[in-house]
Amino acid sequence: MSELLKIDHISYSYHSLEGETPALFDVSFNVMDGEFLGIVGPSGCGKSTLLSLIAGLLSPSCGSIYINGKDIKSSGKNIGYMLQKDHLLDWRNTLKNVTLGLEIQHKLTDNSYVQINDLLNTYGLITFKNSYPSELSGGMRQRVALIRTLLLEPDILLLDEPFSALDYQTRLEVADDIWGIIRKEKKTAILITHDISEAISMADRVIVLSSRPGTVKKTFDINLSIENRTPFAARSAPEFKDYFNMIWKELNHNEQKE
Amino acid sequence: MSRKNRNVSSESLDISTAQLAFIRRHVLRTRRIRIYQIVILIGFISLWEVTAHYGILNSFVFSSPSRVMKTIISMGASGQLFYHTGITLLETLVSFFLVNFLGIAVAVILWWNYSLSKVLEPYLIVLNSLPKSALAPVFIVWLGNNVKTIIVAAVSVAVFGTIINLYNDFKSVEEDRIKLIHTLGGNKRDVLFRVIIPSNIPSIISQMKVNIGLSLVGVVIGEFLAAKAGLGYLIIYGSQVFTCVYILVLFRLPLSIYLCLNRLIEI
Ligand SMILES: Nc1ncnc2c1ncn2[C@@H]1O[C@H](COP(=O)(O)OP(=O)(O)O)[C@@H](O)[C@H]1O
Ligand SMILES: [Mg+2]
Repeated sequence: MSELLKIDHISYSYHSLEGETPALFDVSFNVMDGEFLGIVGPSGCGKSTLLSLIAGLLSPSCGSIYINGKDIKSSGKNIGYMLQKDHLLDWRNTLKNVTLGLEIQHKLTDNSYVQINDLLNTYGLITFKNSYPSELSGGMRQRVALIRTLLLEPDILLLDEPFSALDYQTRLEVADDIWGIIRKEKKTAILITHDISEAISMADRVIVLSSRPGTVKKTFDINLSIENRTPFAARSAPEFKDYFNMIWKELNHNEQKE
Repeated sequence: MSRKNRNVSSESLDISTAQLAFIRRHVLRTRRIRIYQIVILIGFISLWEVTAHYGILNSFVFSSPSRVMKTIISMGASGQLFYHTGITLLETLVSFFLVNFLGIAVAVILWWNYSLSKVLEPYLIVLNSLPKSALAPVFIVWLGNNVKTIIVAAVSVAVFGTIINLYNDFKSVEEDRIKLIHTLGGNKRDVLFRVIIPSNIPSIISQMKVNIGLSLVGVVIGEFLAAKAGLGYLIIYGSQVFTCVYILVLFRLPLSIYLCLNRLIEI
């Protein structure tokens, strides 16, 4: 695996008349090609800010972000970003929601419809092609949002607490779904969550951020001794509890210092 | 997923007796409401006729339903009624389109340019709170005694409120929806045309509904002062005609325009 993304000593502060809010401080880490990276941290520690920086929606106050060794602005690489909620547009049906990104980037061709049909078929949405978001379940909506992102053929997928709006049971199902899709499409992904179990069950590596201003506290490589790993199966791996305790301690330690 | 499908089809195929009873109750209630409405209307007209006939009501000021009917028929026969109604309708439609066009266009410009919106905000609020009917004489002096004055008066009644309301609606679109467009590689134009405008279609339509009424009121006020034709002119023209036309203005015209617009929206 080669290095795909390099976060190099970045800091970021929000400015308002009430003052400056340092959100991230001196964050550095790398992401390998094809890796599934989990990032956990207390709420408000700058996780969403970090993804906005990687997606190029914000520019770091200091430091740089590289993809394949090139600065992110000039790399020409596509970055897919899934927000906390699916944000399907309720006046568009499934098909029109899925094509939104392609429309915006003027990449919608007859060929894309073949690909869209394939994806909708594979992920159990084909019968809901003409349905409106209000007719879809939470899990289906999340999958539509993911397909909308995948169609832009991102080199890196950013997921910002994508399951936090779902109830617990749906959450486990959708985590399996989304994880399966990402693995099958061989995408590099960064998953943000404040749910430790979710991070361990899905990621190859978990980074723990400190509370605000966020900085990298510790990194855990997740090695689970189970076959046919899925997020759900991972939860019953013997090492799962140990990882949970280690990460929990790291997060908690961090809170006490505050 | 399949369960959901089955539910839908079973609903549409066999209707349970409870559902039938519900529908029957609904139909009965709707019919009862209609009957009460008609009874109130007939009662009102009869009361008016009787009190006018026995001199309880000053029939010189308030006229009476039978005299109103007679006036309508004679004016209808001479074609006068259609002429004046047509003029007012035309002026109302022109003002209505101008109000909506200007309202939407200016709201978009203000949404696009934050500094401009801040600069203009106090002026808009002042203009909106001015008593517009009091401005009509100013328009006459400024624009002359003609149709231009009527249209400008009518537009001024509705346009500032439209701008303020739509701009506020545009601004209150969820921040994350705008972020979504940016994450998909879109720019401000994409945000405008794919999120701001489409998500505000309902508020634009309800604003339009309000504007029909306001344009009509504005046109009639303008016609009071500056017209040689139209329903507002007729109202001023004679006290006999006064009541008759007043009813037309209050009930018939807006009602028919409302119905037309509703039909349009449903298509
Ligand atoms: N637009 C903004 N202006 C000012 N402060 C902000 C803004 N967005 C976020 N913040 C602050 O920055 C910190 C990090 O925010 P965020 O990245 O959203 O945290 P997380 O996603 O980890 O919950 C928070 O304390 C938040 O209050
Ligand atoms: Mg967040």
